[in-house]
Order: sequence, then C-alpha cells, then structure tokens
Amino acid sequence: MFLTVLGALNAGFLQTFKLFAVTLIGALPLGLIVSFGSMSRFTPLRWLTRAVVWIIRGTPLMLQLIIIYYIPGRVMSASPWGSGESGRFLASCIAFIINYACYFSEIYRGGIQGVPAGQQEAGLVLGMTKTQIFFKVTLLQMIKRIVPPMSNEIITLVKDTSIARIISFQEVIWAGYAFLKGSHGYSGLIWPLFFTMVYYLAFTGVLTLLFSWVERKLDYFR
Amino acid sequence: MAILDVQHIEKHFGATQVLRDISFSLDEGNALAIIGSSGSGKTTLLRCLNFLETPDKGTISVRNELLFDAADPATQSEKDIRKKRLHFGMVFQSFNLFPQYTALQNVMLARQLLAKEQPEFKQNKKHMFAEIEDHARVLLSQMGLADRAGHYPHQLSGGQQQRVAIARALAMQPDILCFDEPTSALDPELTGEVLKVIRALAEQKTTMVIVTHEMSFARDVADQVIFMDGGVIVEQGDARQVIEHPQQERTRQFLSRYEGDR
Repeated sequence: MFLTVLGALNAGFLQTFKLFAVTLIGALPLGLIVSFGSMSRFTPLRWLTRAVVWIIRGTPLMLQLIIIYYIPGRVMSASPWGSGESGRFLASCIAFIINYACYFSEIYRGGIQGVPAGQQEAGLVLGMTKTQIFFKVTLLQMIKRIVPPMSNEIITLVKDTSIARIISFQEVIWAGYAFLKGSHGYSGLIWPLFFTMVYYLAFTGVLTLLFSWVERKLDYFR
Repeated sequence: MAILDVQHIEKHFGATQVLRDISFSLDEGNALAIIGSSGSGKTTLLRCLNFLETPDKGTISVRNELLFDAADPATQSEKDIRKKRLHFGMVFQSFNLFPQYTALQNVMLARQLLAKEQPEFKQNKKHMFAEIEDHARVLLSQMGLADRAGHYPHQLSGGQQQRVAIARALAMQPDILCFDEPTSALDPELTGEVLKVIRALAEQKTTMVIVTHEMSFARDVADQVIFMDGGVIVEQGDARQVIEHPQQERTRQFLSRYEGDR
C-alpha cells in the first residue's frame, strides 16, 4: 500500500515541480519587463502597468486560474488549452506566470530603486550606456537586495501550486486527496493527504539552503 | 588657449532658478576652484558640465568644439552626449565606486566596455585588455594604492575610496577633471591624503574644475577662483587675488567665515 501511495504522490509532485519551475522561468524575466513598465517615464504606460499589477495582485489567483482556463473556451468555439492534463498544465502555467510576474515586478522595482542614484551617475560620466549600466552596475546590486523578499515569494509559490487543483491539475495534493475519494483500489485513506507535507517541507528546505547559499555568495560586497 | 569655454548657462528646477548667466573659460593645464555657500549652484554647474543636468540656456565648448548648445537640439542627442561626457571626468562627493568590483576593476570597467566597441577588439582583445590593466595599475600606484588593487570598496577607508574614484576618472583620460566637494565626506585626517593627490595632479598640469570648501587649498592649488552666490558668479579671477583681496562685499562676507583657515 505504502509503495502504491508513494508512487502516486511522486507522480503528483512531479506535476507540482513542473508548474513551479515553468512559472519561475516565465515570471522571473516577465516580472523584470513589468517592473520597467511600472517605472516608465511614459505616463500612460506607467499607469497601465500599475493598473494591471493592482488587478492581478488584488484578486485571488484561484479566480484568475478559473477565468484563464474556462473563459476562452466559452468565447471561442473550442478551448485553446487542449484537453486533458496537458491543457490544464498549460492554462495553469499562464495564470501562474502572469500572477507571479506582477508580484516579482514590485520586488524588482524596490530593488532597482534602492540602488543609489550615484551609481547610475558614476556610470554615465564614465561614458557607459544605460544598458551597460544596468547589466554591469545595477543588476548585481539589485539581486543582492532582492534575495530575501524573492525567497519569500518563491517559497510561497511552491505551496501556491496546489491552487491549480481547482481546475483538476493533478499536482501532489490532488494525488493525496484521491486516496480519500478512492483511487488505485483504496478509498477513505486520509494519511496520504497529510503525507504530502513531507514533499513540501523537503522541497522548501532545499530552496532555503539554496537561498542562503546565494546570500553568502553575494556577501563579498556591501 | 582656453580648453573650456562656458557661455551664458542658465538652469531652472521648476520655478527656482539655480544658475543665472554663468560664463567663464579655463586654460589648459590650469585648475579652477569654485567656491560659495551651499545652495549657491556650484554642484549644479559641475553637473551641467558632465551633462548630468541639461542647461536651459547657454553653450559649452571644449577645445573650440561646440559640445552643447541649449538652443540647438542637434547637440543634445543621447548617443552624442555619451561621447561628449568623455571630455570631462567627474569625482563625486560620495565616491560612488561600484561596490561589486575591486579597486582595479572599478578603474578598468568603463575602458574595457569602450574597448569592446572598437572594430579591432576581436583580434586584439588580449593586447587591449592588458594595456588597460597596465594603465589602471599605474594610476592606482600614482594614487598610492598599488597594494589595494584587489580590495573591494567596503574594505577601503573613505580617503582610499576617493583616490580610487580619482584613478577611475583619470583612466578615461578626460580633457577636464571635475571634483564635486571631493573631501566633504571625509574626516580631516583623510581629507589631507586626497588633497595631496589633487595637488600632485595640479603640479602635473592636469586641467581641473574643483568645487570645494577648503579655502587654503583653493588658494594654493587653483590658478583661478569663481565665487558663486544665489546662482550667479559674484567674483572671478586669480585664485590668490580673489581669496586674499576680494573686491565684492558678498565675497568678503563669505570668506570672513574661513578666516582661521587662511
């Protein structure tokens, strides 16, 4: 029994991990672009970006997920996401990337604006372009500043992936809950649901170690 | 011959006029000190020279080449301004070293980035980088920092950081080196070591514009002095003449506060 449950939970956690990884890969760069929008000197773009960030951060991710998964299929003749687990995965990725990009963008904005203006000016008087200044001067100082708030968000993301269960994405909690409802010939089993905690704890534990390693790596300058 | 010629510069921040009809010129190899109380517009003037602020009116020329004309937008394109900035070096009050780079890397970074833009960079990379590093090391040892090349800014004292910043500015080989109150963030002991370096640069006939509150230093090191108040040049002339025998009442008032210093 234990091995059967473990196998099912492993498969669920693989889905959890995939959603987590794809969200990060998409939201980390997208968040930077959004943060540039929210700092733009072009007022309409700045207002538009900030309005979008307000709406995304101001409404539940669960609702955004439902809207993204179900609404396009209602409007168009067929759902653009395709059927089955791969369709649910794709829709979840889109919803999570948009949602997390907005949260990340605010962290980036704080990090960039926290780098003293003198750094930019020093680069300018040395004849550097704005792009060179961003990549060679500002970026690493920003990263150093944002590691603690980012690690918070990223650890939250690990657990937020369980929200995708609302559209029946078969992540680890879904897999654990299945044994309560009936699956693999078992039903009424409650412990597999609680056992999913082990996966979350192990994964966030690894991430915590990783973040403290990054912090130590960046400790060589102030 | 005048290397720097500034004519009729004006600058407003909103409704406040911070610079009013500023005109002066500076000969090659000379040092110009700009003195005056806080808020008199000294720093803004220096920032205009480095194009960190855009003047509302006036012109800036270096070696008879018109770099900036407020009336002519063609002189103000972002791309050109970047090249024009290289005529001027700038040393900031708060050093503004890049914290993630060592002293040596701070001095080399901008030169390396410029080298990468050269067409011959690909074939010549090693040679170009070696040259930049040699030059940077020479500058650091001129600043008395040969043994600090591998240190990060936070491992250096304020005086050492400021000397790295001077080396970094010199690495670009500017026509005119500007200092914005280079010792104001330093305690008296560290002030001395930075002033000594600037004095040595003056002796090597480096063209400099120095905003400073160190009156005796301005008198001894600068060739010319400009005294500013309320955004205008109240008095300008030979450094010793202006500081020891000011003609204007406002200059006398200002300098009387530095009696002990002279």
